[in-house]
Amino acid sequence: MCLAIPALIKSINGKEAEAEIGGIGRRVSLWLTPEAKVGDYVLIHTGYAINVLDQEEALETLRLLEELSEVY
Amino acid sequence: MRFIDEFRRSDLAQKLIARIKQKALSPARFMEFCGGHTVAIFKFGIRQLLPPTIDMLSGPGCPVCVTDNSDLDKAIALAQLPDVIAATFGDMLKVPGSHSSLQKAKAEGADVRIVYSTMDALQIARENPSQSVVFIGIGFETTAPTIAASVLQAGQEKLDNYYVLSLHKLTPPVIKALLDSGEVKLDGIVCPGHVSTIIGSSPWEFVARDYGIACAVSGFEPIDILLSIEMLVSQVEDKAPKVDIAYRRSVRPDGNRRALELMDTVFEPCPARWRGMGLLPDSGLRFRKEFERFDAELAFDIDPGPTYEPKGCICGHILRGVKTPMDCELFAKLCTPEHPVGPCMVSSEGSCSAYYLYGAAYEP
Amino acid sequence: MSHRILLAHGSGGKLAHDLVEKGFLPAFRNPLLAKLDDSAVFEFKGLLAFTTDSYVVNPIFFPGGDIGKLAVCGTVNDLAMVGAMPLYLSLSFIIEEGLLQSDLEKVVDSARKAADEAGVEIVTGDTKVVDRGSADKLFINTAGIGMIAEGVDISGWNAKPGDKVLLSGTIGDHGIAVLSQREGLAFSTELESDCAPLNRLVAEMLDASRQIHCLRDPTRGGLATSLNELARQSKVGIRIDEDQVPVREEVFAACEMLGFDPLYVANEGKLVAIAAAADAEQLLEVMQRNHYGRDAAVIGEVREEHPGRVVLKTKLGASRIVDMLVGDLLPRIC
Repeated sequence: MCLAIPALIKSINGKEAEAEIGGIGRRVSLWLTPEAKVGDYVLIHTGYAINVLDQEEALETLRLLEELSEVY
Repeated sequence: MRFIDEFRRSDLAQKLIARIKQKALSPARFMEFCGGHTVAIFKFGIRQLLPPTIDMLSGPGCPVCVTDNSDLDKAIALAQLPDVIAATFGDMLKVPGSHSSLQKAKAEGADVRIVYSTMDALQIARENPSQSVVFIGIGFETTAPTIAASVLQAGQEKLDNYYVLSLHKLTPPVIKALLDSGEVKLDGIVCPGHVSTIIGSSPWEFVARDYGIACAVSGFEPIDILLSIEMLVSQVEDKAPKVDIAYRRSVRPDGNRRALELMDTVFEPCPARWRGMGLLPDSGLRFRKEFERFDAELAFDIDPGPTYEPKGCICGHILRGVKTPMDCELFAKLCTPEHPVGPCMVSSEGSCSAYYLYGAAYEP
Repeated sequence: MSHRILLAHGSGGKLAHDLVEKGFLPAFRNPLLAKLDDSAVFEFKGLLAFTTDSYVVNPIFFPGGDIGKLAVCGTVNDLAMVGAMPLYLSLSFIIEEGLLQSDLEKVVDSARKAADEAGVEIVTGDTKVVDRGSADKLFINTAGIGMIAEGVDISGWNAKPGDKVLLSGTIGDHGIAVLSQREGLAFSTELESDCAPLNRLVAEMLDASRQIHCLRDPTRGGLATSLNELARQSKVGIRIDEDQVPVREEVFAACEMLGFDPLYVANEGKLVAIAAAADAEQLLEVMQRNHYGRDAAVIGEVREEHPGRVVLKTKLGASRIVDMLVGDLLPRIC
């Protein structure tokens, strides 16, 4: 329902940041995520970072799936 | 691309599909509430990979499709006003209102501009001080806070030519209305991952607790969706409905506090008209008193005229999951992507357009 | 010369003559044009290919090219897609009053460079100037003539079940490069339009195989639209493998951001070839040796099943229908 994509925060300037989305750059707003830091991955929806992605949880989800045996 | 490629891995998908096939013993009907899920399911061909016992149904989760004709007509009337620039997301352009659409109004000379973000709409307002910029504010709890932020920013910058038409909608009330209507029997709901990034997973607890329906909050990559379906199947087979979070990298029980504060600062809940469902209490957002000066509906007097609904169009039923596009007599005949009758065929998120483009389209 | 184009430049008078004699003629320098008669006159033997197109790209300057280069390459490619060797082009300008003279010069210069690279001549043309506001800076209309060699029969109707589908490189580069400049959608990218003349690549392919059945340049509507056209014309089914279709990371990222499918995004320097399976490997090699085919790949095959339809094998191994583009690509939020 709401298209949002992961982006890497490259630099921050007040409430705005330069983000990199797989090779393209876009100015994004941090109004909704004041805690975001350079080097964070954030989810961008309509130009706004709507949260900071939890990289550990992502790796944990993938690790669990890799260990998943097909027959349980 | 990080956080995308890893969640499209075919090897992990095959494992999840195999587990779903083993676990899914009794037939189950799951609704994917959100248009984004409907498109992803068709785009990756997930429907074919699931066992036949699982039936996937698309729900009312496309903010464009659920916008009522009366609201669409307001947006079009605003766009037609002289020296008004209507800024809108691309999704709204082609949706037919009672008499016209933003696309037709644009062709007739209205200044309608497509933007990716309200940041761009603010920029248009800065560059056109002599004109009024009206942003057509559609979207659920994912989008509403970003539009609230644009209003606060306009206030700070003293941009007195920026207005918003607030057509925002809230998702828990419509799920409740759908379940209360009892029209469609559901065993589980794939809950919207990006709405829940904002509101958290706890607002869905009532679905499992009061209605005994399995819930899993899902992201939009194939692995996310398959993982959430696997969770729903487990809950159904174990007869233990709850709210699982499949989209752990983005969703927490309490969501994004800051975003909710922003939304609550500028807007307050109000009754809203949903296509196919009528007026639902506390399911929309309107400007609070202190921000009325930004409300396009108050700032301009418009008369959108009487509302008409296209005859034979059952988008309302489709949005409620009571019918599928195949039950519609207009589908792929009078109603096609080239000549859409109802919003579900216009919006690429709408289930009719997804059915027509990706899935079971058949020669008219 | 005044630094802006005036209505008078289109009125046939002195200013119009200056524009042609000081602007277009030195740029395109060839005997046929130099005669400045109302028509170019030349002798011709054999099978003739004839095409026309109009160019209204906005903005007129974009990363990797401009409307002038686009007009020449687009016309050259249309001729190459029927196996013709392009020879002569016409170039007609419809200019909005007030266009900067320097902009027109840049456009004419890049049109000339593209013509030189393709080895074609601009032998006739026309200029009209219209009131401010009734055209978007500059429109270009073209026509092109080419010669088809003996035994060459390339057409959208010739695809046969069992044929292979080859693609000359990454898709969506042009559409995304242009979009990145559009107001309201701006994003920054190193990406450039793939705008390029493909006639030499096609000539090398024709030397390598006599069993090329179809050629098509997937411009507006993208790869999906071209494949659907071919499937309907030849009344065959086409099946492509999503994993084999090359997409640059920037195009993939922009499409994820805006909600597009790269299969529908415009290209201006790519071609789809449908050829006998026996020649596919060799053709691929020839294509990859040419700069404009360096990322070429075999992306699928022609089948008897589901005639008129294109089916995509998705990354997960399932299959779904790929239809033509409907309407135009609009960025969406959901």
